[in-house]
Amino acid sequence: MKAFDLVQARTVQEAAGLLPVDPADKSAMLLAGGQDLLTELKEHLAEPDRLVNLKGIPGLDAMTWEADGTLVIGAMVTVQDLEEHTRVRETLTALHEAAASVGSPQIRSVGTVGGNLNQRPRCWYFRSEEAHCLKKGGTHCYAAVGKNRYNAILGGFPSYIVHPSDLATALVALEAEVTLVSPSGERTLKLDDYFTLPREGSYQRETVRLPNEVMTSVRVPAPPAGMRSTFLKMQERESYDWALSAVALCLWMDGSRISDARLVLGGVAPKPWRCASTEALLQGRSPTTEATARAAGADALKDARALSDNGYKIPLTQGLLRRALQKLGA
Amino acid sequence: MRILRFRLNGDDVEIAAPDHWTLLEILRYRAGLTGTKQGCDKGDCGACTLHLDGRSVLSCITLAADADGRDVTTIEGLVSASGPDVVQDCFDEAGCLQCGFCQPGMIMASRQLVTENPAATRAEIKAALAGNLCRCTGYTKIYEAVENACRRTREGGGAAAAGVTRAAEDGADG
Repeated sequence: MKAFDLVQARTVQEAAGLLPVDPADKSAMLLAGGQDLLTELKEHLAEPDRLVNLKGIPGLDAMTWEADGTLVIGAMVTVQDLEEHTRVRETLTALHEAAASVGSPQIRSVGTVGGNLNQRPRCWYFRSEEAHCLKKGGTHCYAAVGKNRYNAILGGFPSYIVHPSDLATALVALEAEVTLVSPSGERTLKLDDYFTLPREGSYQRETVRLPNEVMTSVRVPAPPAGMRSTFLKMQERESYDWALSAVALCLWMDGSRISDARLVLGGVAPKPWRCASTEALLQGRSPTTEATARAAGADALKDARALSDNGYKIPLTQGLLRRALQKLGA
Repeated sequence: MRILRFRLNGDDVEIAAPDHWTLLEILRYRAGLTGTKQGCDKGDCGACTLHLDGRSVLSCITLAADADGRDVTTIEGLVSASGPDVVQDCFDEAGCLQCGFCQPGMIMASRQLVTENPAATRAEIKAALAGNLCRCTGYTKIYEAVENACRRTREGGGAAAAGVTRAAEDGADG
């Protein structure tokens, strides 16, 4: 790890002011829980001269419920505190289940919600110091023709990373918003719009965050009454791992039929993959029938393009969706 | 270089270290406490697990500066005047190690579980140790050791020897 100076910010404004304005200027980075950042530093993926510490800024680690039931999660709330929050477990089950599936107990105890949403991809070419890949300013996405069993089947071109955040998958399904603060002000945008596909912008970043913006909070609007939700994740190791595939599903029922649905896939695309046409298809159907599972699975993956080693992700994701429909419809 | 002041295994210490050093590095290379192991050194294996304000953390991906003003307990801090901690005793009795490299981290993660949930089921024990890799044993004896530590704690006699509890009480006065 290259030597750096650790600067303690006292306010969000001060932290934002210590960050570079120019995207090409990599001299300073934000430190939250550090559970991803320290591995990037050790692998020389990032070599800043200065880390701006967000820990200790008052208010960033608070979870508050507004009168209308909107949940505001400070960016420095730990994944463990989110996981253990009783009202989250009872009313936003998919978010609780996603938090519980993140990393190991040690990582959840330190890792933060903001850090989880802003972690960098796990693609082994990106993580390898030796591979100067497209995401690091090179000319090739080595996963496109190399070893790609963990890479994207949806929205990948021309960089086939998958977004590693489990919280992001659940939070997009819950239509969360994020607030970003910079020296010139504050903006709030849908989390779905915060993430970006490689073909939409720079290959080297996963979000639209400007270099001098600090994510301060995530707002989860109160869901319409009657929501049932779940987050299901398939991982290679039982103990802890990133998602090979994940499904976040929110359902509203009218008797035995689905009246509304939200569906987001994780682990299969460079950003949480919202399936709007599948949500429409599910309306009026019974969630537990095989016909529904088949129709929804076919629609959700209709644009999937498998690389050489990751075709298994298509039936895997369809199986997770079937399980999620059966669980919520039971 | 910055000077860090924190509680280490019940003692107030001052340690000077560069900003980019990890908590693991200052313990091993400044404090001389080599019980905490450097395994993968990137947050995957759990060998460097210790307690920061009573919570299990990975010291290899925690900056040393994060310890400033806080309470750190390492494997060395579990031993009290009355002898090893009940979790250490139970790991010893179960013979649940081969190379032993994972044991300090395993014991620290287990110690937190036994403190918080001495009625832990086998499934809860597996979940609590999900972040600690053992490449030798296959885990069965380790889970049995933690079950024994839970049982002995429920029956009394476990809590008194707990280094975590002692450190937390010390921390509360200062």
